[in-house]
Amino acid sequence: MLRFILTRVSLVIPTFLGVTFLTFLLIRLVPGDPIEVRVGERGIPPERLLELRHELGLDRPLWQQFLDYIAGVLQGDLGVSLVTRNSVLSEFLTLFPATLELAALAMLFATVVGLPAGIVAAVRRGSVFDHGVMGVSLTGYSMPIFWWGLLLILFFSVGLGWTPVSGRLDLLYYVEPVTGFMLVDTLMAGEYGAFWSALHHLVLPMIVLGTVPLAVVARMTRSAMLEVLGEDYIRTAKAKGLAGKRVIGLHALRNALIPVVTVIGLQVGTLLGGAILTETIFSWPGVGKWLIESINRRDYPALQGGVLLIATTVMAVNLLVDVLYGVLNPRIRHSR
Amino acid sequence: MPAMPLLDIKNLSVEFTTRAGTFRAVDGIDLTVDEGEVVGIVGESGSGKSVTSLAVMGLLGSNGTVLADRMQFGGKDLLAMSPSQRRKITGKDVAMVFQEPMTSLNPCFTVGFQIMETLKVHEGLSGKALRNRAIELLEQVGIPAPESRLSAFPHQLSGGMNQRVMIAIAIACNPRLLVADEPTTALDVTIQKQILDLLVRLQKERGMALILITHDMGVVAETAQRVVVMYAGQVAETRPVDALFKAPRHPYTGALLDALPERALGKRRLPTIPGVVPGIGDRPQGCLFNPRCRFATDRCRIERPALFDVDAGKARCFYPLADAPVGAGEVL
Amino acid sequence: MTIDVQDTLPAASPPVSQPPHPLVEFWYHFRQNKGAMAGLAVILLIAVVALFADVVAPHDPNIQYRDAILVPPVWQEGGRWAFLLGTDDIGRDMLSRLIFGARLSMMIGLIVVTLSLAVGLALGMIAGFFGGVTDALVMRFMDILLSLPSLLLAVVVAAILGPGLVNAMLAVSIVVIPHYARLTRAAVMAEANKDYVVASRVAGAGPLRLMLVVILPNCVAPLIVQATLGFSTAILDAAALGFLGLGAQPPTPEWGTMLASSLQFLQRAPWVVTWPGVAILVTVLAFNLLGDGLRDALDPKLKR
Repeated sequence: MLRFILTRVSLVIPTFLGVTFLTFLLIRLVPGDPIEVRVGERGIPPERLLELRHELGLDRPLWQQFLDYIAGVLQGDLGVSLVTRNSVLSEFLTLFPATLELAALAMLFATVVGLPAGIVAAVRRGSVFDHGVMGVSLTGYSMPIFWWGLLLILFFSVGLGWTPVSGRLDLLYYVEPVTGFMLVDTLMAGEYGAFWSALHHLVLPMIVLGTVPLAVVARMTRSAMLEVLGEDYIRTAKAKGLAGKRVIGLHALRNALIPVVTVIGLQVGTLLGGAILTETIFSWPGVGKWLIESINRRDYPALQGGVLLIATTVMAVNLLVDVLYGVLNPRIRHSR
Repeated sequence: MPAMPLLDIKNLSVEFTTRAGTFRAVDGIDLTVDEGEVVGIVGESGSGKSVTSLAVMGLLGSNGTVLADRMQFGGKDLLAMSPSQRRKITGKDVAMVFQEPMTSLNPCFTVGFQIMETLKVHEGLSGKALRNRAIELLEQVGIPAPESRLSAFPHQLSGGMNQRVMIAIAIACNPRLLVADEPTTALDVTIQKQILDLLVRLQKERGMALILITHDMGVVAETAQRVVVMYAGQVAETRPVDALFKAPRHPYTGALLDALPERALGKRRLPTIPGVVPGIGDRPQGCLFNPRCRFATDRCRIERPALFDVDAGKARCFYPLADAPVGAGEVL
Repeated sequence: MTIDVQDTLPAASPPVSQPPHPLVEFWYHFRQNKGAMAGLAVILLIAVVALFADVVAPHDPNIQYRDAILVPPVWQEGGRWAFLLGTDDIGRDMLSRLIFGARLSMMIGLIVVTLSLAVGLALGMIAGFFGGVTDALVMRFMDILLSLPSLLLAVVVAAILGPGLVNAMLAVSIVVIPHYARLTRAAVMAEANKDYVVASRVAGAGPLRLMLVVILPNCVAPLIVQATLGFSTAILDAAALGFLGLGAQPPTPEWGTMLASSLQFLQRAPWVVTWPGVAILVTVLAFNLLGDGLRDALDPKLKR
């Protein structure tokens, strides 16, 4: 098992280096003078320019600059935001829990709804329920989520007044961030009113961000279950006299989960991409909104660092899914 | 008269509903199996023998409809049972071994789990007793080092080993009837014999009834007491094994026997039966076997024969074969 | 238990009539899929509308009717027959803008799919055909692109290139290249060792000829499906970029851009926000339905 994990990790390293190189190039590809881009000033006098060029190491060969960049990245030095002059890493880390909380809940929502829906659709193949699930999930999959979010705001927030329009918490409350996860922090502080408010703020963004993964999970679960239900070992399970619930919920689902977990894992990337839109619509103070703001403010170091960190997160999750796949699938686990 | 048969099926038909229409895979079969009896069901692929066994087990999918005048097991009416009542018998009193051992075991669970599951569900065993019983079962089916095999996954075992595990699962609750559907077809020739011997040994030791489904007349000759020859979803001939092998009455049985290599000694070519079993759309008029039958007359081509009484059994033929061995020296 | 139909054909029967032409057979399977047929119909309708936008649209998409600002759709109180779906905040006809937006979206889809398909196809073929280091290099690069969330990558590329419709199309194209490359590579690798390819190689066919004439036609089916689904991705992502202000710029009647510029009227004039979204959803859904239907009809494994 350990060897399996190590092999997987070693396969990720080249990809990580590649992504690092791309983000390293990013700031060089931005139109405009690289120093102006980096320092965020215009019309710098020539002598100061030379000084800065040396300071930033831009007078050295490209490969050395790249090595420096990697060395910095590995030490957590991702540069400094032009706007706030804070370290990019610390800015990212302050905002990341908000995104993570939203993404985790969206994934939870997608799985909790999508998995059972897919299972029932597969078991009742061809029924009205099946057609309903397939229709709804294809619609969800085709949904422009930025518009979907606006519709939900229009209906639930503006129309019915059930949920707030934006943000993470009512202004009435203040909770000291400990974990950065609002639901956890409010509970830890014993502020149940604040917890309730945080939950209210989360519902709509969660649904919006979870819509596409929900559709994917439901479709994938259905097709995986359909395939598994036709296998010989399902017949064996029935021949043992097991109840239908056990045959479907244990023998079939256990096998169907292998591809489904992979798909859920791959959705994390989609989810972090979707967070850009969701956070923009709901003014959710996470890294997605921060990235768009960085672009608008031409804060390229922030963009560079943010992209690298998000890509790293996605790679880490994919690695985790890979390992989980090995845990779930005995055939993989033993073959390597 | 002997006591009531263990399995008593009268006029069983199975229909499948497909997009192309309704297809009758099994057509009016009678089948009885006595306590402790070994019955061989023989036929080519497509003859309906597997579908019959699945109907007995209640394992047909939702697109398969079972129709029967009578379907009793141990005096209980299988047709009148609720699904949950039926499940109490399935896997406990009637168990089944399938053709493909490599795909018939769940790849995600250990061998031990899959054996113990049956014991847990039907016998309520748990803990140490459960484990010991599983080890005992593995021993009985001839798996070496059973303690360590409990934690093995099916993909770590060979096909023959997996089939032994399947048999262990099947006999776990001391079934009164074991249905083995081509249990050796997917295995290596050397393993086939071992598995067959194992089944026969277990059957004798436990006195359970065995339905052995196969396309191999040789296997039947070695194991069964009574033979049911199926053709195109119907019974072609059913008789005790000795009588049938000595003097087959249905031309199809005769042809199957002629195709046995050991019976074709001294012939230049192994006789074969031309053509294939008729399927969904091409059932002939008259006797279903007539297009492939050497003895077919105009009557056979028009009228469909019933199952007539012949010595010690029944045969579905207007002109049952005489005692003389057929086909000697001829090539079809 | 399956009943093997193939085995049950009588051996003595005369040869079966000629199998239908593959296209005929494909159409037979495709036609049974109602969803796919509906998708095709919607796409054809949108395509016709887009093509004849100048004729079909009741107004010029950019003309501002000062006397008709935020007019609701015709069935609502205050609606006017001149503006069937209402007008936006500076008095432009929604319907006309949507129609011209359809032209843009179809064009985006077409250009993005063509561009990414061409590049992806070339990369995939090179990787699959030459193997070894070339393969490793190309596919590693594709992996890197895939490790970034697609929208994030599109956003970054658009940020580097600067906002605008053309740059947005480029950004979206780059993002989807790996999908085509992977698909082509897999198909090429699967085909490359088959007997007929070896035979043509032995017969002296050059690599380019082998790739284009021998192998390519055999990977067409999955690529057609991917390209169809690619239309929906392209339209969706380009709209998202437009919404984020990184795609087409106002007053271009691109659907995502229209949504972004009418956000503040969400409460006062919901139709301004509703229609562009409906247009995106319907178009994307239609392409997804069509793609699914094509996959089912083209995939021999799923044929029943």
